[in-house]
Amino acid sequence: MRLTCPVCGERDRREFYYMGDAVALRRPDPEAGDAVWDDYLHNRDNPAGVTRDLWQHEGGCGAWIVVTRNTMTHEVLETALASDVKGSVG
Amino acid sequence: MRIAGKGLVDRQAPVSFRFDGHTYQGFAGDTLASALLANDIRVVARSFKYHRPRGVMGAGSEEANALVTIGSGAAQDPNVRATVQEIYEGLEARPQNCWPSLTVDLLSVNDLAAPFLGAGFYYKTFMWPRAFWEKLYEPVIRRSAGLGALSHQHNPDAYEKAFAFCDLLVIGGGPAGLIAALTAARAGADVILADEDSLFGGRLNGDVETVGGMPGAEWAQSIVDELEAMPNVRLMRRTTVTGAYDQGTYGALERVAHHLADRGGQPLECFWRIVARRAILCAGAIERPIAFRNNDRPGIMTASAVRTYLNRYGVAPGRRITLFANNDDAHRTARDLVDAGVHIAAVFDSRRDVPESNAYPIYRGAEVCNTSGRRGLESVTFRTASGEDKVETDCLAVSGGWNPSLHLTCHMNGRPQWSEAIQSFVPVEGMVPGLDTAGACRGTLTTHGALQEGVAAAQVALEALGIAFDKIDIPEAEDAPYRVSPLWAVAGKGRAWLDFQNDVTVKDVKQAAKENFASVEHMKRYTTQGMSPDQGKNSNVAALAVLADATGRGIPETGTTTFRPPFVPVSIAAMGAGAQGAGFAPQRFTTSHAASVERGAPMIEAGLWYRPSYFPAPGETTWRQSCDREVNMVRNAVGVCDVSTLGKIDIQGPDAGAFLDFVYTNMFSTLKVGRTRYGLMLREDGTVMDDGTTARLGETHFVMTTTTAAAGPVMRHLEYVHQCLCPELDVSMISVTEQWAQFAVAGPQSRALLNALVDEDINDDTWPFMGCGDIIIQGVRGRLFRISFSGEHAYEIAVPSRFGNGLFRELTARAEALGGGLYGMEALNVLRIEKGFITHAEIHGRVTAFDIGMERMVSQKKDCIGKTMSERPGLNGPEREQLVGLKPIGPVKQLTAGAHLFEKGAAPTRENAQGYTTSVGFSPTLDGFLGLGFLRNGRARHGEEVMMVDHLRNLTTRCKVCDPVFFDPEGGRVRG
Amino acid sequence: MAELLAKSPCEGLLPKEVDGLTLSEAKRATMTSLSPYRGQEAVLSDVLKTEHGMALPRPNRSAGKEGARAVWFGQRQVMLIGPDPAVSLADHAALTDQSDAWAVVLLEGEGAEDVLARLVPLDLRREHFKKGHTARSQLQHMMVSITRVGDARFQIMAFRSMAKTLVHELEIAMKGVAARRAS
Repeated sequence: MRLTCPVCGERDRREFYYMGDAVALRRPDPEAGDAVWDDYLHNRDNPAGVTRDLWQHEGGCGAWIVVTRNTMTHEVLETALASDVKGSVG
Repeated sequence: MRIAGKGLVDRQAPVSFRFDGHTYQGFAGDTLASALLANDIRVVARSFKYHRPRGVMGAGSEEANALVTIGSGAAQDPNVRATVQEIYEGLEARPQNCWPSLTVDLLSVNDLAAPFLGAGFYYKTFMWPRAFWEKLYEPVIRRSAGLGALSHQHNPDAYEKAFAFCDLLVIGGGPAGLIAALTAARAGADVILADEDSLFGGRLNGDVETVGGMPGAEWAQSIVDELEAMPNVRLMRRTTVTGAYDQGTYGALERVAHHLADRGGQPLECFWRIVARRAILCAGAIERPIAFRNNDRPGIMTASAVRTYLNRYGVAPGRRITLFANNDDAHRTARDLVDAGVHIAAVFDSRRDVPESNAYPIYRGAEVCNTSGRRGLESVTFRTASGEDKVETDCLAVSGGWNPSLHLTCHMNGRPQWSEAIQSFVPVEGMVPGLDTAGACRGTLTTHGALQEGVAAAQVALEALGIAFDKIDIPEAEDAPYRVSPLWAVAGKGRAWLDFQNDVTVKDVKQAAKENFASVEHMKRYTTQGMSPDQGKNSNVAALAVLADATGRGIPETGTTTFRPPFVPVSIAAMGAGAQGAGFAPQRFTTSHAASVERGAPMIEAGLWYRPSYFPAPGETTWRQSCDREVNMVRNAVGVCDVSTLGKIDIQGPDAGAFLDFVYTNMFSTLKVGRTRYGLMLREDGTVMDDGTTARLGETHFVMTTTTAAAGPVMRHLEYVHQCLCPELDVSMISVTEQWAQFAVAGPQSRALLNALVDEDINDDTWPFMGCGDIIIQGVRGRLFRISFSGEHAYEIAVPSRFGNGLFRELTARAEALGGGLYGMEALNVLRIEKGFITHAEIHGRVTAFDIGMERMVSQKKDCIGKTMSERPGLNGPEREQLVGLKPIGPVKQLTAGAHLFEKGAAPTRENAQGYTTSVGFSPTLDGFLGLGFLRNGRARHGEEVMMVDHLRNLTTRCKVCDPVFFDPEGGRVRG
Repeated sequence: MAELLAKSPCEGLLPKEVDGLTLSEAKRATMTSLSPYRGQEAVLSDVLKTEHGMALPRPNRSAGKEGARAVWFGQRQVMLIGPDPAVSLADHAALTDQSDAWAVVLLEGEGAEDVLARLVPLDLRREHFKKGHTARSQLQHMMVSITRVGDARFQIMAFRSMAKTLVHELEIAMKGVAARRAS
């Protein structure tokens, strides 16, 4: 498997650390309530299809990356710097 | 038997080798199989389940029968296909799965027990009684049913792994692959051509047909010569592409030195990860057998294999050869044999419309229905419209048609489709992104067609790569149509083999269907057809056809099982190459390593680091003696310990303080420059992640310390928090763990020691408790932190790593002069237990700030990672197991870590467990064992008696619960 | 008062020579990581150019030459190798002394790419990874920085504490390549 780091280019999967769903970017307000925090931390979809994950190019430049990929075809549809994505979602 | 004047082997280069204890001769260029056949060796192996004698069946990596063990002792290599193993001087091969010998195999009684060993016998026979599984069934099955054995010794062979990149990977070097590679290479593409054989050419080496007016093998060599001269081409011989993976990655096993008597330092195998922008599969096809009664006797082979042995190796596998076929292709074998002067006793063709011959009798509409011969084929019984008859023969060449080697196209879950024309499965477009197919693996079974498709596929690839190409002439080649009429299994009684490797017969498949294991995936698992090394290569399509027939469905509806990587077996050693011995993980050494080893310190692993356990003094015979002395030394004089392995992270930027406030539970933006503060870090779920001290070196400059174990994860976490949660903060981080060699200098004499070394005066005003700053030590700019992990007046002094060795030795000498010395991990552990300081033994991933009594460190003035969730109900009450100290009070004085805590008098069972111990040690200071642990509602239970039970070590100790700070609870010493 | 003796990361481990391939320790140099503050990249690049003669390298590139080199070292991170950093750089970037943090070795000789192909999952073909190109990647299990500093010359940086493993891995790969060539 290969992922395209927005900084370094296409690299072998072994250079990357996988974290999980990119929902992690949308950290709730401290006062958002138990249900919202529970969802944020624990509840995840398991899509057969397109999913967005957070990976870190830990064995490379260190950038955290949002990877959009298809769990059925393994196609990697898009990669973007997490800091850019976070900047745009606020 | 060798045939004069035939073959590509080097008759000037005889090679002697041993098989089953006897010495034989072959020639350079022989495989073990061809050399054995040349020596008229027919029985090469015993079958998996029934221990039937088996001979060579094919001539390639798909071989199902002739599995042997190469070498002996630690280096022995089991389950090697004799058809792939090239011979070399001194090669030692042994048959396997037979006892006591190949010819007298006592376990062949299994053959008589065959009625009980049919489909699903594992599931039916060994169900009960349950107790028999481990003691009886499994050992017996393992002994009698098995393949080759492992040596059970360390593998002494060297293996390698490697990465390669190319524009185009061509898989298979037959006519399609060669011309595809040539087309792309001439256009300037970076090409890798891999073939599992030692010789490129594929079927061309086993056939006499010409290509471009010259013998096929010569044409192949001419292309190889051209490719070899091109700098943009990498030819990989003896390299099987074993798997197709995501994003154009392919796995390939190169057998580097299996064919060499003297490897000259080369690895045995190399496992390649090839990244190709495009790939073309030109893997050819495999001839399939036909199932008929007793079709597994030595001497029964595929027709193409017989032709290969004749044309490539100059070997006739028999003296009176018969053929059985359902297609035209097999008749080439008969023609070539006759041309070479080998006697053909008969050709049986199941079809009526059959090519003519004057050279041998042809039986049309004929089927072979049985064979006989004890240790090899002696005769075949065949059936025509006029009844059954028998012919004496020592070799039967069988062809049931060809199955495209499309395996790799299925590795990413692609499904092939059924072709009526060739009666087999063929790949469809796009099964693996970027991979095209050409030639026989695509169902095109003529040389001309293969060449055409090879060029076409290369041009498609070049277009996709954006590389311009010139027209290439396709040489003239054989183009006879392939005509096949389906014949999978000859009707009749008795056992007719489908999967030779696993002893699966037509009857087994039918029985599976009858017992409603009618799905192809269920049938496979129930009968074991296509499992083990065969992987369906020989048996798959025929077994499906039999299943289709038994269930009344068509073959396309029945479908095929899933082909998965690897295409050929890959040794674990090759996949894990580089990870043997010291390659398993990097070793991290501190700058004081050599000095510690010189002192005789046993080193223990702390993650990847090596740290000294203790420093034995003369006369000390146990580690406890050393540890006790080192602890006393720190408490009474001064000790020196290398703490460089703790993670150190440089954090800088205008927002550094704000960032630390967010990742730590407590405040850091308020920390004064030149001061250090203890910090607690939570995971977002409220669990403690790590702790450590962070020093403020400047207005916008902090240095964070992490525990040794968490250095990597904390760095990752900080980057995550910054990049993913608060990228607006202007802060940057870099590890400085390696930059600084840092030593703890601890004990009442620590200040005296340092004052003799540094330029400025260290006193309570210049360096108060938790003070930090730059310092010059013997001309070197370093850093000094007044922090303590022992509870004593202590410092940590850091210098650039190149001076670490020098400073460590200097500190050691000076400490010893003051009645102190070095201390290791054991003493460090006891010192911190005496003080109730936690490590990852306590913050093990399930405890909260409340559990360790630090809930007040979660600042109410700000948000931080983990704050919200740390306030959840259930994480902050008397139901929690809380950090406590434990002291033995009964006759048993010992404590152990990992033991469970129970109320006094309670039965020590799981439901009664109230907590557990995490760290224990013998305290020479307090003259007894001390323990840290977690106890339900423990903080309210100080003074209570509990029972510590270690079920593993069989220990029960009465304990008193107390505060976790055992020594100097007022903290006077650290400030003194 | 005695001076503290300095010890290089690869002392006692290098040099190694196998069939024309050499592995040696680079001359000790001051190494400073530069992480530009927000929006300061351009100014930092100008200051770097003025003070040390090279602009801030883009990702995957290095600038300068032997003795004064700036190597891209990760996201928002460049390693200045050679000169003591000009004080003015600190106005625009976080500066961290890394002089002692890295074992820096040079692999040189025909086939150096083949040696690295056994350890590093990078495309190091000459026409794809040219002189001056650099990458952060892994060598076996170690995080490394690899820069092509000559036609057949690579600078490899790994954590100082892993120097022994770095040399061990490279030596095995060098021997493997040499053995293949000999056959």
